[in-house]
Amino acid sequence: MSTDNNMSTSIRFYALADRLTQGLKPREVLTLFYSAEESDFVRFNKAKVRQAGHVAQASVDINLISGKRRVTSSVPLSGDNEVDWEMLVRHLEEERQRLAIAPEDPYLLYSTTPASSEAITKSGLLPANAMVDHILSAVQGLDFVGIFAQGHLHRGFANSLGQRNFFSTANYNIDFCLYTGTDKAIKLGDAGFVFNKDTFKEKIEQAREALPILKQTPKALAPGKYRIYLTPTALHEVFSLLGWNAFGLKAQKTKQSALDRMVDGSSRLSEAVHLAEHTGAGFAPNFQEEGFVKPQRLELICAGKMASALVSPRTAGEYDVPANGASENESPESLDMAGGDLPTSAVLKELGTGLYVNNLWYLNFSDRPNGRMTGMTRFATWWVEHGQIVAPVSVMRFDESIYSMLGDKLMALTSERETLIDASTYGERSTASMCLPGALIDAFSLTL
Amino acid sequence: MFASIVEKAKKNAPSADFWSLSVIESHSEDLSMRQGVMEPLSRDIDRGAMVTVHHAGGTGYAATVNLSEDSIKSAFEQALAFAKHTSKHALFDSRQVPKSAESGSYHTSVKKGWYAMPLKDKIDLLKIASERLHGGQDRIVDWTASLSHTKEFRTLVSSDGQAINQTFDYFMPNLAATAHHNGVTQSRSLAGHGVCRQQGLELLGELDFLGKANTISAEAIALVEAPNCPSGTMDLVLAPDQMMLQIHESIGHPLELDRILGDERNYAGTSFVTLDMIGNYRYGSDLLNVTFDPDVQGQYCSYAYDDDGSRAAKQFLIETGILKRTLGGAASQARTGLSGVANSRACNWNRPAIDRMANLNVEPGSSSFNDIIGSVERGIYMCSNVSWSIDDSRNKFQFGCEWAQLIENGKLTTVVRNPNYRGISATFWRNLKMVGDASTFEVHGVSNCGKGEPNQSVRVGHASPTCLFSNVDVFGGE
Repeated sequence: MSTDNNMSTSIRFYALADRLTQGLKPREVLTLFYSAEESDFVRFNKAKVRQAGHVAQASVDINLISGKRRVTSSVPLSGDNEVDWEMLVRHLEEERQRLAIAPEDPYLLYSTTPASSEAITKSGLLPANAMVDHILSAVQGLDFVGIFAQGHLHRGFANSLGQRNFFSTANYNIDFCLYTGTDKAIKLGDAGFVFNKDTFKEKIEQAREALPILKQTPKALAPGKYRIYLTPTALHEVFSLLGWNAFGLKAQKTKQSALDRMVDGSSRLSEAVHLAEHTGAGFAPNFQEEGFVKPQRLELICAGKMASALVSPRTAGEYDVPANGASENESPESLDMAGGDLPTSAVLKELGTGLYVNNLWYLNFSDRPNGRMTGMTRFATWWVEHGQIVAPVSVMRFDESIYSMLGDKLMALTSERETLIDASTYGERSTASMCLPGALIDAFSLTL
Repeated sequence: MFASIVEKAKKNAPSADFWSLSVIESHSEDLSMRQGVMEPLSRDIDRGAMVTVHHAGGTGYAATVNLSEDSIKSAFEQALAFAKHTSKHALFDSRQVPKSAESGSYHTSVKKGWYAMPLKDKIDLLKIASERLHGGQDRIVDWTASLSHTKEFRTLVSSDGQAINQTFDYFMPNLAATAHHNGVTQSRSLAGHGVCRQQGLELLGELDFLGKANTISAEAIALVEAPNCPSGTMDLVLAPDQMMLQIHESIGHPLELDRILGDERNYAGTSFVTLDMIGNYRYGSDLLNVTFDPDVQGQYCSYAYDDDGSRAAKQFLIETGILKRTLGGAASQARTGLSGVANSRACNWNRPAIDRMANLNVEPGSSSFNDIIGSVERGIYMCSNVSWSIDDSRNKFQFGCEWAQLIENGKLTTVVRNPNYRGISATFWRNLKMVGDASTFEVHGVSNCGKGEPNQSVRVGHASPTCLFSNVDVFGGE
């Protein structure tokens, strides 16, 4: 669908929804969730272009409801409303046949009180080829590898009850590494709405100055317990893993949450831990696929104790509780962790002797019900002695409980926080983000 | 297939060194019953095209959901513009990559098609499976039975006259039960969610789908009553549904040639394998034979051509423990001058092809299951992957399984929960002590192998016999 003008994209979507609503049978309810993007992707290796291209995609998720029966489907949209309308009319006829077979759904819940909204941002993006030139100019002489992605993103909701929501944004994300040898790299990112070549160049130059320490002989650590500092980027990996079911009510009710011990009250995190789903400060739309509007802020953990769970409409129907704007997978999209009282400038001093971990990698649960997880250090991990960085560290595996690392072994959280925009592009570009401090942790278990 | 789109492409293709058009259409249906309640009937239709243009050594692509003539023409213009601009910055000269002009077709062999069973009958089947998973037992706190199917059509045409049409039927049945008792939660599923095949509904009978529902429920309950897995260094026997993950993470990914060449260093990672190891590196014991095999009937990633149009054929990657070749498609082969396999794959029409696994298998050996268990004095037998983590060069790993039983004096004994093990790829496979025969060989797959920038999630098939490894670091949960 053309996105030359974001406003016209929303108008076309609304027009399609109006026309389909007019064709509904008595007692039928229709909901539409629209998702589209026009994206440039340029992939780099060794400061050269590996692959470059453009992707234009659009689809609509459809719920056709009659009484307590529902069928769901997804179809591609060409952007030509006449073509798409004819295709959707045929599609809905097929869906009606499926609806007649579908069993009644006791947990069916959809938004019946129209809550319309629009958030449309104008594009300040540069042409992709100009961006390629800016990027390659800044990284001359460096082993630069990563991806540049940019373009328009659209999400829309409409139902036959008159609710209309639209979200359009245009942003860029450069997710990259500077290497200085096998396994030795600094990972960086630059994301936003308007690219500033001077800011990007300054970021590259700062990293260029930090590269020499990576060339030193890496320190090999023996398995054991170490004091560590996790940067906000490293902590992001921990919460990305927990986002896999830990905060959702369905997982909590069926004993499959990694925070199960917090849910039953047998364990807790440090009083310094405050977590919220903060849609108002994030980059994601404020409505979910079935039209429920997300609260500006939802407290998930307060002072180390479970405060509330993410509740999708279907889970709300199942457990007879209010929905709170969560998508079906009940994962945070705009996670916000409160900062602490440790200035970032004092991290090395407070760390004393231990590991400064910039990045973690490939986390998974080693004992999910008990909140225990494993993963690797990656990229620039520093060995620190007496508050001074002395050497890079070879990659190490950890295996640690969340109740330890963010519980009784959490020493401090930094007062400054970083906003980390998700660079994920599985299927489509992500709108998720996290705002996190860094964490100083004692007796952290390295195992291999 | 897609004759009108192909005609539009031929009519509007630019003057360039090379161009290709890939059209992919898929129809997916997901049926899932959780706790005896049918989830919303769900189906997904997707369709789109990607054009690729090579010009003056550069390469550009453009993908579009709009299949009108104007849109195809516009896509070619965008792809050509990228090719022209990147020719001065290209990592390698696209003119060096050989292109195949061979045409052909492929389709999944199906005995009973997805639509041969009415929707209502599928729902009734899930209802019976759901009842068996619960079995009236309060300790089962969550249970799901599901059937997923995707019909996919792929067409590739090129300026060299190549025309390839392939049709796939992907079928993924699953069963899962979670038990909870005295503060302990354990889950069991059908092969660790690893029953992923190119096959029809006849698979349900071959699996004994309904019979497996009883087994999974009983095993979930046995696990919540079981002691924790002990810690120690011991012999480890892996079932094929865990070998799948072991092959995938510590053989498949490290052998991807684009990783070795550094393309994935910012995301999926690198490899402990280097180019100079090919032909001489001892990857595993003499018993280790690993193949790239796109010809296994029913396996998830069988195909005749990859997404660059290269003809696929069975190749040994590791033979009697020695590394023979890596997983590199036409572009990676041209970049290195090495031989590879036809594994250049795109997850969908909106992503460009890169080096991927497809069917990557451990070949059967000569030991029966009883021979293997009987040879172990002190060890453990693990099934069905539940957790996976490995470093970015695919060396230091830690994996967990749903189910395990101790092996004592040649016999399977106590069931234990939370079984995990860790090791290092470079040494783990050298401790391969016994390889199961064809009677232990099973075909599995995964639907969500993630890699690439922009990110791509692809289907991958892994078949393996039961295998025995010595001196493995095993441990349990808290």
